[in-house]
Amino acid sequence: MADKYQNEFGGFAEKPKVPKKFYDLKYILLGLVIFFGLVFSPILPNLGKIVAAPSPNLDTPAILKLAKKDRQCVMPTPYMRTYHMQLLIDWREAAIRHGNREFISPTGKKFVANLSDTCMGCHSNKSKFCDQCHNFAAVTPNCWGCHLDKEQKVAKGGAK
Amino acid sequence: MGMDRRDFIKLAGLSTLLGLGSNSALELLRPGQAAAALEGEAKPLTAKRWAMVVNMRQLDGETAQKCIAACDRVHNVPDFGNPIAPAMKLSAADKARWEIKWIWTAPYENTFPGDTQEYVDEKVKDLKFLLLCNHCDNPPCVRVCPTKATFRQEDGIVMMDMHRCIGCRFCMAACPFGARSFNWKDPRPYIKEVNPDYPTREIGVVEKCLFCSERLAIGLMPACVVASQGALAFGDLRDPKSKVRELLDANFTIRRKPFLGTNPQVYYIV
Repeated sequence: MADKYQNEFGGFAEKPKVPKKFYDLKYILLGLVIFFGLVFSPILPNLGKIVAAPSPNLDTPAILKLAKKDRQCVMPTPYMRTYHMQLLIDWREAAIRHGNREFISPTGKKFVANLSDTCMGCHSNKSKFCDQCHNFAAVTPNCWGCHLDKEQKVAKGGAK
Repeated sequence: MGMDRRDFIKLAGLSTLLGLGSNSALELLRPGQAAAALEGEAKPLTAKRWAMVVNMRQLDGETAQKCIAACDRVHNVPDFGNPIAPAMKLSAADKARWEIKWIWTAPYENTFPGDTQEYVDEKVKDLKFLLLCNHCDNPPCVRVCPTKATFRQEDGIVMMDMHRCIGCRFCMAACPFGARSFNWKDPRPYIKEVNPDYPTREIGVVEKCLFCSERLAIGLMPACVVASQGALAFGDLRDPKSKVRELLDANFTIRRKPFLGTNPQVYYIV
């Protein structure tokens, strides 16, 4: 009874012979090639390429002017590397919403909590500092819609 | 306790004598100076209630323009009549429509509507009053802001957090003084000389005078007050010895639209 089955009238009939054929195979394959080609198109051109790691540049006139032992950011470097965005949001919160614009670093130094003035005061090279990692990680922080960098001014020797 | 009246008075006298040298006693005799001498460094200016007095007897048109220019320069306020690229020049109508005002001038009848008489002193009639955000005690802009982007600080400054502003412009409709401006256009192409220490604004946010809270934080007086050559006074309304109180005690002053109940804190000596 293996190749017989009961039909709708109660009788038994032979199983209809369906030809074992893959219909429209070439169109399906073509479609798959186009589909996967599109899916992987952003990855394929960069496959096997080595992209240089970002190297933020710290050599700005303001930093070079400091003595070696004073070349310390508001927090230790590993902390800044990981949490600078959180620190900036905390500063923003403290300065604007609570009116507390003073920040005391773990070394006991006092800073004014201000991106435009304090951060960009030392790191006046946005394209060689901020943009290095931000471009590498493909993040576009919206700071620069309002806050200004001092790059051109420093290059001209006009900034403090 | 075994202390007679004589001993008690001796002890009391001695402790008064010692107390004279203390910080609180110095504060009583020469207010503010003891603390200033101790700290030395440029420290933030603080107050219980900031207020401004505009002395129109002293303020001439030229000085008023200087105050406006100083504010615009410090705060990167765009001048839509003066773009960086000549191709971006706007028509006079667009210029007026998109104007950003922090501090500006207006004649008497526009400054004090409801207070005008048919016959006004010739001098007052021609005066150009210097207008700015009144930093009201009961600010309607704060009440309507749905994101609390604008809020009242403890020292009375009506502050703005541009990061939170969604550009709904409720505050502009609420403010009876026209002190708020909306950024219809990107302001950057219209700022000839940017001050990199202060941010510009983005398209789609409201802005206004903030009593230079960023300058007070580093111990500086507001830019307009510095540029006014003494015609503007800024200080603590709760401190009876402040410049503001001195002027208010010695002169009759008026405020803009006090009948609306917003309790504005910019006073005018006419």
